[in-house]
Amino acid sequence: MRVGLFVTCLVDLMRPSIGMAALKLLEDAGCEVTVPAMQTCCGQPGWNSGDRKSARSLAEKLIAEFEDCRYVVVPSGSCTGMIRTHFPEVFEEEPALLSKARGLAERTYELTEFLTEVAKRTPGPASFNGTVTYHDSCSGLREIGVKAQPRQLLAKVAGLKLVEMEECETCCGFGGTFSIKYGEISSAMAEKKCANIEASGAQAVVLGDLGCMLNIEGRLRRRGDAKTRVLHVAEVLAGPTEG
Amino acid sequence: MHFKARSGEALADATLQANLRKFQSTGFTALRARAVAEFGPQLFEALRGEGAAIRDRSLESLDAWLERFEAEAVRRGATVLFAETGAEACELLVEICRRHGVRKAIKSKSMLSEEAGVNEALAANGITPVETDLGEYILQLAGEPPSHIIAPALHKSKEEVAGLFEAHHHAPRKDDIPRMTREAREVLREHFLSADLGISGGNFLIAETGSGVIVTNEGNGRMVTTLPRVHVCITGIEKVLPTLEDFSTLLRLLTRSATGQAISNYVSLFTGPRARQDRDGPEHMVFILVDAGRTNLVGGGMQEMLRCIRCGACMNHCPVYRAVGGHSYGWVYPGPMGSVLTPSYIGLENALDLPHAATLCGACSVACPVKIPLPELLRKLREKQVDRGLRPRSERAAIRLWAWTARRPRLYALATAVAVRFLRILGGRNGMIVALPFGREWTNGRVFPAPRSSRTFRSLYATRARPLVNYNQPALRKRNQR
Repeated sequence: MRVGLFVTCLVDLMRPSIGMAALKLLEDAGCEVTVPAMQTCCGQPGWNSGDRKSARSLAEKLIAEFEDCRYVVVPSGSCTGMIRTHFPEVFEEEPALLSKARGLAERTYELTEFLTEVAKRTPGPASFNGTVTYHDSCSGLREIGVKAQPRQLLAKVAGLKLVEMEECETCCGFGGTFSIKYGEISSAMAEKKCANIEASGAQAVVLGDLGCMLNIEGRLRRRGDAKTRVLHVAEVLAGPTEG
Repeated sequence: MHFKARSGEALADATLQANLRKFQSTGFTALRARAVAEFGPQLFEALRGEGAAIRDRSLESLDAWLERFEAEAVRRGATVLFAETGAEACELLVEICRRHGVRKAIKSKSMLSEEAGVNEALAANGITPVETDLGEYILQLAGEPPSHIIAPALHKSKEEVAGLFEAHHHAPRKDDIPRMTREAREVLREHFLSADLGISGGNFLIAETGSGVIVTNEGNGRMVTTLPRVHVCITGIEKVLPTLEDFSTLLRLLTRSATGQAISNYVSLFTGPRARQDRDGPEHMVFILVDAGRTNLVGGGMQEMLRCIRCGACMNHCPVYRAVGGHSYGWVYPGPMGSVLTPSYIGLENALDLPHAATLCGACSVACPVKIPLPELLRKLREKQVDRGLRPRSERAAIRLWAWTARRPRLYALATAVAVRFLRILGGRNGMIVALPFGREWTNGRVFPAPRSSRTFRSLYATRARPLVNYNQPALRKRNQR
């Protein structure tokens, strides 16, 4: 099963360990993983800012890069949502590319979704010592329906206890450029998220989107919490990796 | 003042923040969730689909349904007037007041009257408007606009209301809600009995019967529409529904989505003025149906917004609204629906910040009873701003530069490698950037975690045992076909 890994621009830059973890999980699940070398960004910043042209150029590039992959797996609900929900909108008036975009949309999966629904073998049992809580990132949850899949995978991790926090489905305030256009509101929303994480008593908050991770970790550290860990679900499932 | 400045004030206002927290913890979202659970989530989903379809059907032939409504309403003795703008609606209303010698008008809740500035227009012509919805009454005393479309005074605490009543009712201060409500009721009773005109809004208009509908929880709406000699229903042209059957579907959605009620305390249908056999009701009944920007949305990419039935669920579920309250949005309609309606009605260039005042988290569209894709509409407005050159040059340049670089993978790899180094230096020993250059908006309220690794993923991956595969090379492309 040939699987293309789209690591996302944020993971490439800020936290490559997530990409390495995703790679390991896919390989452990028996996939033949390819990582197109020229990949960069899915175009979401342009799309959400109303710059269709910028988004279009990057979407076209991504479609070409992953054309030969049976599946495309992304360790981010937000970028998966961009490809699956919005690429067809980007090309709504270009029939040739639209059919390619739709084809890619059908083959594209968020990582935990792929591991639970498509991969034939589930990855080997990981271990984690402690209590975690899960934050449902918006695009993953509401655009592509990622909710049960990460929990199902985390439940198999030895030593891991999952406690649900209040309002786990409420936005953390990141919102891409929103976080720097309306920093004050964004921080206030992150503060509510951090208070809920703290109240859950968990030692780590686990989630599937790096943007939200940076926002939540940024606020946790600013409010003086140096202990609560902010982990990508791939990192927890794969255990320590390079990066 | 823009959204940003107003929301900054809202975040710094401790009383408002306490009131908003209370709204969230005791608020409508939990009540809605319970109502949906009781109704059956799958059935409710199906009902949302039906609701959206009914609204789409109404909007697709809006002109025809309005004509039908007019004919049926006139046949039953009502007068139907159309106004192109809010100002025109006010002129018509003032003219009606003149004709009937109106000195005092009592009002039940109407968001369109807020749009049109009805109270100001009446007062300027020597007519006293009295808001009789408790929330709206409180705000009339305070001289403030509503901050929520169905709970207009939710930004006010009980104590603030007690202070307002004490100052305006010239009665000893009362601090418990039942006694405060009773006091307001006594004051309002005088107005109900002495008013010459009743002004109501309209949640729906029923084409097949020529009826207007209001859905309320206080008795004031009934009195406004039946006690005075003249009743004027002022509402938007998009509120028309073909049939009573359609209305029954939307009513089930409206009350559950708004307050979590299976049915509101009152559902009032008014069909024509008092008939000969009726014991009560107004002698004259007038509908003022207002366009005020609505037809501009018909048939275009924003038409879905006209489905809106004004339940308030989008703002109740909006984490931005819950953080900053309704006044931050600056015009009549707050929250996600407001961020779409305001630029649509008062002009894209007059509300530049609103389409961006959202994280596009999607909580609104999931809650919307008529499935309005609010995040998508907000994004479309952002695109219109870009197309019309209304975004700041620096923002446009930044996005373009990003895309330009990202299309050149080798340059991109170099740029990101440099960025990683730079950010790691800024992050210092603990890897946390306290002040980000060009990123104060981020670091004022948060630190910025620096890159964890000294190398990008692509660089780490390249040094793995296996070589990189470039799937865009024609030779490989052939080999790798499924």
